[in-house]
Amino acid sequence: MQEFIKEQIIVRTVSKFFTPFIQLYAFYVIAHGDLGPGGGFQGGVILGASMILYVIAFGMDEGRKRVSQKISDIFVSTGVLIYAGIGLLCILAGGAYLEYAELPLGSHHLASHLGIYGIEIGVGITVAFVMITIFFETAKKERKK
Amino acid sequence: MIDILLLLIIVACAIAAVSIKDLLSAIMILGVYSFIMATIFTRLNAVDVAFTEASVGAGITSVLMIAALSRTKRYEYLYTKSERRKPSALFLKVLSLFIVIITGAVLVYGTLDMPEFGDPDAPANKHVSPRYIEESHHETGVNNFVTAVLASYRGYDTLGETTVIFTAGICVILLLRKFKKDDDDRYAGICY
Repeated sequence: MQEFIKEQIIVRTVSKFFTPFIQLYAFYVIAHGDLGPGGGFQGGVILGASMILYVIAFGMDEGRKRVSQKISDIFVSTGVLIYAGIGLLCILAGGAYLEYAELPLGSHHLASHLGIYGIEIGVGITVAFVMITIFFETAKKERKK
Repeated sequence: MIDILLLLIIVACAIAAVSIKDLLSAIMILGVYSFIMATIFTRLNAVDVAFTEASVGAGITSVLMIAALSRTKRYEYLYTKSERRKPSALFLKVLSLFIVIITGAVLVYGTLDMPEFGDPDAPANKHVSPRYIEESHHETGVNNFVTAVLASYRGYDTLGETTVIFTAGICVILLLRKFKKDDDDRYAGICY
């Protein structure tokens, strides 16, 4: 299978060409969740899908060079930590848990907006790396001898 | 008119996915199902839900199911004629048909009580929706009130959802990862 896919030059070229565009679109979806449809969850899924496309075209070893097991494990928990941490920051700033408007970032309006940005980024990181992790762990297959 | 056509395609997809024996084709049909579903959500003006359905249902789920398929067999087990005619097999068939019909009838009965689509007097449109529509931009500072509800008014729920996804990832790592160094297991690939 590995040798078979190495010959698929069209698959490899196209996926290499498209991966950055898909990732850019994923960041666009995460960043524009407050203006239009989308948000952290959808953007995170698209970001994970871009990596999965790369792994399907180039194989597990090449994919692990880009996203090592250690890095993906760390980022899986980083997203939830960002989310929960913003909630704790709101308590430290004198508000209730996840009451973004109390964050000391200028006006209440702006603080609330930035807080929502922050948690969208957290959701996106966790979702993207969980999808990558699930794919990496599930798609393993013993090499036939 | 187009809605009825789309719903008919959904039903056709469901029947095809159940009856087909090649599981890879069944996964592809479920992907088609998700895309049609996304179109229906767009027709219902639920763009955020449509986006989620298109990216998660059609995109990621298909890929993850194919990945899971790479660990098992591609074709469903085909029963022989004598196996299919056994009394126990027939009983199971009749029982499952009975359960499906009862469940379907209950669901259809449930829809009879639902308000008309887009009815401004429906309870869902009277309770908190007006407040979200009128006040969410002022109170949370974001323009899209779906995001405002998800991230701000229902922030705890979204934190819970993110934790669920995190837990799923951790469980997959614990169950499927080989913690011992093993050269045989390095190769990925969707092979059958």
